[in-house]
Amino acid sequence: MANVIRRQTPAARLGRGLLYGVLILAALFYILPLVVMLMTSVKPLSEISAGSLLSFPQNPTFAPWTKAWGEACTGMRCDGVGGYFWNSFAIVIPAVLISTTIGALNGYALTKWRFKGSELVFALMLFGCFIPFQVVLLPMAQTLGWLGISSSRAGLILVHVVFGIAFTTLFFRNFYVGIPNELVSAAKLDGAGFFRIFWRILLPVSAPIIVVSVIWQFTQIWNDFLFGVAFSAHNTQPVTVALNNLVNTSTGVREYNVDMAAAMIAALPTLVVYVLAGKYFVRGLTAGSVKG
Amino acid sequence: MRDSLPMKNTSATPLGAGAKRSTPSGGLQAWLPRLVLAPSVAISLFFVYGFMLWTFVLSLTSSRMLPSYDFVGFGQYSRLMANERWWVASTNLMIFGVLFVLICLVIGSLLAILLDQKIRQEGALRTIYLYPMALSFIVTGVVWKWLLNPQLGIQAMVQGWGFESFRFDWITNPDMAIYTLVIAAVWQASGFVMALFLAGLRGIDDSIVKAAQLDGASLPRIYWRVVMPCLRPVVFSAVMILAHIAIKSFDLVVALTGGGPGYATDLPATFMYAHAFTRAQIGLGSASAMLMLGGVLAILIPYLYSELRSRKHG
Amino acid sequence: MSTFKKTTLVLALAGASLASTAQANEVEVLHWWTSGGEARAANVLKELMEAEGYGWQDFAVAGGGGETAMTVLKSRAMSGNPPSAAQIKGPEIQEWGELGLLGDLNGVAEAEGWDELLPEVVADIMRHDGQYVAVPVNVHRVNWLWANPEVLEAAGVEMPTTLDELFEAGEAIREAGFVPLAHGGQAWQDATVFESVLLGGQGSEFYQQALVDLDPEALGGEQMIDALEDFKRMRELMDEGMSGRDWNIATAMVIEGVAGFQLMGDWAKGEFTAAGLTAGEDYLCAAAPGTEDAFTFNIDSLAMFRVTDDEEREAQQALARLVLEPTFQEAFNLAKGSIPARPDLDMSEFDNCAQQSLADFQRTAEEGGLVPSMAHGMAVRADIQGAIFDVVTNYFNDADMPAEEAAERMVSAAEAATF
Repeated sequence: MANVIRRQTPAARLGRGLLYGVLILAALFYILPLVVMLMTSVKPLSEISAGSLLSFPQNPTFAPWTKAWGEACTGMRCDGVGGYFWNSFAIVIPAVLISTTIGALNGYALTKWRFKGSELVFALMLFGCFIPFQVVLLPMAQTLGWLGISSSRAGLILVHVVFGIAFTTLFFRNFYVGIPNELVSAAKLDGAGFFRIFWRILLPVSAPIIVVSVIWQFTQIWNDFLFGVAFSAHNTQPVTVALNNLVNTSTGVREYNVDMAAAMIAALPTLVVYVLAGKYFVRGLTAGSVKG
Repeated sequence: MRDSLPMKNTSATPLGAGAKRSTPSGGLQAWLPRLVLAPSVAISLFFVYGFMLWTFVLSLTSSRMLPSYDFVGFGQYSRLMANERWWVASTNLMIFGVLFVLICLVIGSLLAILLDQKIRQEGALRTIYLYPMALSFIVTGVVWKWLLNPQLGIQAMVQGWGFESFRFDWITNPDMAIYTLVIAAVWQASGFVMALFLAGLRGIDDSIVKAAQLDGASLPRIYWRVVMPCLRPVVFSAVMILAHIAIKSFDLVVALTGGGPGYATDLPATFMYAHAFTRAQIGLGSASAMLMLGGVLAILIPYLYSELRSRKHG
Repeated sequence: MSTFKKTTLVLALAGASLASTAQANEVEVLHWWTSGGEARAANVLKELMEAEGYGWQDFAVAGGGGETAMTVLKSRAMSGNPPSAAQIKGPEIQEWGELGLLGDLNGVAEAEGWDELLPEVVADIMRHDGQYVAVPVNVHRVNWLWANPEVLEAAGVEMPTTLDELFEAGEAIREAGFVPLAHGGQAWQDATVFESVLLGGQGSEFYQQALVDLDPEALGGEQMIDALEDFKRMRELMDEGMSGRDWNIATAMVIEGVAGFQLMGDWAKGEFTAAGLTAGEDYLCAAAPGTEDAFTFNIDSLAMFRVTDDEEREAQQALARLVLEPTFQEAFNLAKGSIPARPDLDMSEFDNCAQQSLADFQRTAEEGGLVPSMAHGMAVRADIQGAIFDVVTNYFNDADMPAEEAAERMVSAAEAATF
């Protein structure tokens, strides 16, 4: 699809200019809130109440960041959002790995080992994407109680895996549909089994879609607030809950700079993932997940 | 482990694509995929369908603070129908859902097409468009609440530039506040849709376009008539993901408007949450959840069905 | 609730109570005292507990005036793993009690003589079925008007004592270039202003009939329409940046001299105190216009959940005892802006706003005029309160809705009670 505009006539040049103009304008729309957040997070409080949103920080300071990380108070605990980071990682990493693994196997079974009713199974699982999470709060709470893992990290991991596999299955299924069946059939003729074919043929080409699945799941689970707040105890809260606590806690004057710094800190891991892996993300999507 | 499994597959079950050429261990191998899928299916059945059923049962009861099993028939549903706030919430979901999905598709596809014209710095621009998706709705809500606040945000800024009469106070206006949700949600998700479309465009065979160009078709025409039809699966994926986001935009409402002014920006998700958890009306909340689910499925099932069907046969 | 239901529920919940999060000898306390002054005050209790050798696991959940915390509490209760103590108040204590989930505090209540110690109206709320299940922390007065004296001076106005005076003063303040009334556009804040305006314009008898007894004639009558119209006029005194603003941000506007007045409960004083201001000098307090002979109360309390572990129960009893200890009562209420739940304390450390509050509390308890706050969940059950909130906030934000229509909706809101 590249090389569509090639001639450099004046009209084409004007078109090019217009094209860049639109793209840059759009970029401004997307970047503006981030810029506001960043600038606010390094301004002293006095500058925020005095200046406008977009005024450049006169005396940049990192004090809001250190405060948000380790000193800001939530209730009686004045330890910022930093400590909750590890809770989040302890929940996100296992949940992402497990849900991606299950999704990959499901996608593989659904495309390369079709059986009567496999489409129905897929459709059945797909609806899991659409159940509003508020609906499942109470039954989930009771189930976690039965399982004896309420208010624990294991409970939160289970919840995220359960409601994540619908999407990971969707991703892998759509990707594996695009892998030629001939390879698999030939391997079957050679007597290779289910797992062997997966391991030897599908997995080696799955990198792009694994990236997509991992990024998607990582973002979803990291950013979750509802499950995080409902199914955690005082010592297992993820960082989004800490952020919410911090933003809703104020002493006399609202410290917008600390709020913004905390929001940036909470968003940093996902932002880093998107910025570093964004290219592979689009590549992974290109490689098949959107082909259906 | 695999070998120890009993071979139950003697009754000729249709094995689908690869099975005809299966090896002597085909019986076991034919069951393995099902075994692999079984836990996920069980999980779906229990955690999705079981919970739906449980919610439906609760919607027939007079449950208040915690679930109880005092059945009152469809009484909660008729109370819901008489509740004015419920209708505001449902209408809002229609407005929000339709605008959000459509605007995201339009902006996403346009940006993708523009970005596909051999742009310098494409990577940087793409990252800028895409990054909002990395943020949680809580963060998005906090930032946009600030930007949209007439006294702190955009209105104050533009007025500060000397345009004293400039007004942008939608968030305080009950008739317009729902559109501020659309703005924030589009900001967050449209870059992701752009990435989907860009991926789709990169996957299209150049020769189709070249052929159309040779025929003398204009560029917009090529995109509309030749390229877009190829992107139908992309639209499908995008709609699935956007609908998923729209239904779950609970966090955004809470962080951006809190449902206000009044309850002008209430959505079924916030309605359900407020009644089931804050107001000790689990019965009514469950009824609203069922209707919400029903509404969503009524729109999605036909779409899903037609898409999956047409692709299988097309 | 029938005994059968109660039993099944208790059985269902008890099944999983093995996995309690609090260790023996310590209490896990779920609360939403997260703003600066509140957190500092709650810390006093924690230190008292620790001084006696008990552990305190702080489980603070901020946001939405306790809504998020209540969700967490329900989720924890459903999983059979409730915290040892939770900040629950008003009629909600009765609902938890009906579910059979609360443990009793009779031992400590008897030893400490709560029956004599606590005012009757307070003790009533703490008892379920005649048993003490919760301990009161403080008594808030909701019908307060706060003011910045410098703004009043600049506008040349005095503290208003009637609604008309408030509107006049507001106009003068607006002309002097300030925001007359600081407000945050959240449903509970709208309701807080509404109940004070209704009380000021129509008196405590009408308040009782309409917002506590839910008498349909009062709810739909002329007086309600008058009250609603007064309430809508309040909008003229507010600024356009109020949407979604938190209450303490609105208080900060008064502190900083951006706004003249705020109608808010006395927890606002915690913010004034935290900002280092002195009552009567740097800021003024008075009963909301027209309500000097009335007192809308809002009582914070900690309810204790039924636990199986003896040591944890012992810690709970200790917690209940320490909450009413003079040290804590004084420190907590000084920081929070409220008055102690036990009226026998020396009030000399408190400022004149609190002293006036206590005097008014005792006077209205005897002479009448002491009413529970509807906006803060002390008057009616959560579902009716919610339905009234919907009417109030919708009417307040809808420029076109006539007061008559809102009054009609008020009637149906009260009728829409559950089965």
